[in-house]
Amino acid sequence: MNDEIREGPPQDLTGEQLLGMYRRMRLIRAFENTAQRHFEAGEIAGFLHLSQGQEAVPVGTCTALRRDDYITSTHRGHGDVIAKGCDVKYMFAELYGRTSGYCKGKGGSMHIADFSQGIIGANGIVSGGLPISTGVGLSIKMRGTDQVAVCFFGEGATAEGGFHEALNLASLWQIPVIFVCQNNLYALSHPWDKTAYQCELEHRAATYHMPADCVDGMDAVAVYRAVRKAVDHARAGGGPSFVEAKTYRFLGHYVGDPALYMPAEERQAWHKRDAILKLGRQLRAWGYLTEEKDAQMATDVEAELAAAIEFAKSSPIPAPEEALDDLCVHFDYLGHPLQGEKRS
Amino acid sequence: MREITYRDALKEALREEMIRDERVFLMGEDIADPFGSAYKVTLGLSPEFGTDRVLQTPISEQGFVGAGVGAAITGMRPVVELMYIDFVTMAMDQIANQAAKIRYMSGGQAKVPLVIRTQGGPGRSSAAQHAQSLEAWFLHIPGLLVAMPSTPYDAKGLLKTAIRLDDPVMFIEQKLLYNTTGPVPEGEYTLPFGVADVKREGTDCTVVATSMAVVKALRAAELLEQEGISVEVVDPRTLFPLDIDTIVQSVQKTSRLVVTHEAPERGGFAAEVVAQIADKAFGYIDAPIQRVCAPSVPPPFARNMEDFIMVDEKKIADRVRKLVRGEI
Repeated sequence: MNDEIREGPPQDLTGEQLLGMYRRMRLIRAFENTAQRHFEAGEIAGFLHLSQGQEAVPVGTCTALRRDDYITSTHRGHGDVIAKGCDVKYMFAELYGRTSGYCKGKGGSMHIADFSQGIIGANGIVSGGLPISTGVGLSIKMRGTDQVAVCFFGEGATAEGGFHEALNLASLWQIPVIFVCQNNLYALSHPWDKTAYQCELEHRAATYHMPADCVDGMDAVAVYRAVRKAVDHARAGGGPSFVEAKTYRFLGHYVGDPALYMPAEERQAWHKRDAILKLGRQLRAWGYLTEEKDAQMATDVEAELAAAIEFAKSSPIPAPEEALDDLCVHFDYLGHPLQGEKRS
Repeated sequence: MREITYRDALKEALREEMIRDERVFLMGEDIADPFGSAYKVTLGLSPEFGTDRVLQTPISEQGFVGAGVGAAITGMRPVVELMYIDFVTMAMDQIANQAAKIRYMSGGQAKVPLVIRTQGGPGRSSAAQHAQSLEAWFLHIPGLLVAMPSTPYDAKGLLKTAIRLDDPVMFIEQKLLYNTTGPVPEGEYTLPFGVADVKREGTDCTVVATSMAVVKALRAAELLEQEGISVEVVDPRTLFPLDIDTIVQSVQKTSRLVVTHEAPERGGFAAEVVAQIADKAFGYIDAPIQRVCAPSVPPPFARNMEDFIMVDEKKIADRVRKLVRGEI
């Protein structure tokens, strides 16, 4: 029996929760694979930044969150928003550019948002969500609730000015934000160890006097525990925390990138550490999962995605002139007042 | 009616809206007492409302403008002060890619009740990084509203409206206007966005002017009146939404148009007004449409060079005179 199983089932998560995490990770993986197939078939336009390999980070993180907590995400955000609660049906509708999509076809893959459950947007600008999450934390503190904000970002964002400004302000104001860095080792093609002279992120967090944890991003339970600790700390008024999850992007930067800069041995080594396979082994060893249940789950997930694709494809295509809507609350795109919107 | 300064009119607007709505808060560099902000608009507000609601920030424009965006989309109504409009470059992603686009990108889910107060303009030998007029940048970004008040009355009424709107507003003041005075009623009032104000009626030529250029256009109109030339001065007050109808009506009366602002001529707000008038009122125009703007160079430091590039009443009056006399 190896270490991952010898530890025994975690006492802080129920079997149901663990199975839920496992299912959500599989849903993300299958979503990404399905999106890739339909993109390659020419059915989905634009860019597709996929996150196969990173599933344990958003799922471990969001297991520690409530529905009314907030997340900001990135251009590689499908997994983050599914983990927080997005329905794959409306996500595919968005990827297909349909009116039933989360953003009515105006956002696409990089901008999925569902404000009703605190998903205030994936972001096409690297580090764009960092200052925003600081403002969300400030708003929580000013409104006096016990919500928290999680800011997902990649290690590539840590070389941006916005990263440093956001961490500095979050620390200065002691606001309830958890900065979750999904360190997948590559910013497009640029390797992590060429990002800074000193790359260990806990040193960065220490600069801003922030509790920091570096966890195995291929271990969903470990991610959950680190984030849970940070969330409890934030809810209790303890201020911001930093969690670095070391993970890996199994594929290239976007669909179509052959990722020649990722060495074959490195890729093979990380595939062996696949977080979904690991959690599956653990769940079986702990008696929560049978081969039969596992197969049934795979069938269910595929059925959910097939239904989602069907929903997307059969959803209405927006009228082209809908491009002119949804710009401002009070005025149309020409500046004419819109009726029926009362000022707050 | 009482007369107060442009500065005090703005301060009253902030104060009244903070009393009216506890979600309104101020954020920016050096805004708390005893310094009370670079141009003293917020002086006296931190003792009254506390430093949680008059939140002074470090020099971190991207950070605190972004924080304003995040707070605005989650239930607060921040009024962020950018000390100089020139510093907006440090925060441009949060304004142009985030605040302006979050509602659109999310298919109309988000509201962004964010006001960014800032000031620009030449006239104090502040040179190329403290005296620019960058309003055209924001005019060009769909999703932002742009206000440029020229009087204390407009400043107060428009700022109160800006704070109550659910869209992001660039509220652009002018550093030489803060000490100007004008009538402002004691009681509550707001002014709508997208409604121009005819600052002076006339029949021979329409001058569309913004911000400090309104003051100068009005002085030019007085000079020209002595020569028997009647000038109508129209202040759009908000650049977007733009009340083009009032400008069209004015041009229908005067058949001549001059547009003036302190920003460089090339690609400026005046070009937009000229294009819209060419489209909507071409048949009414009897003389070449003119722009009186800064030449397209950065604001220089030396007093005489700065004067040379600045719009003033003489430059406006000279152009209008030539236009009316048929010399252009």
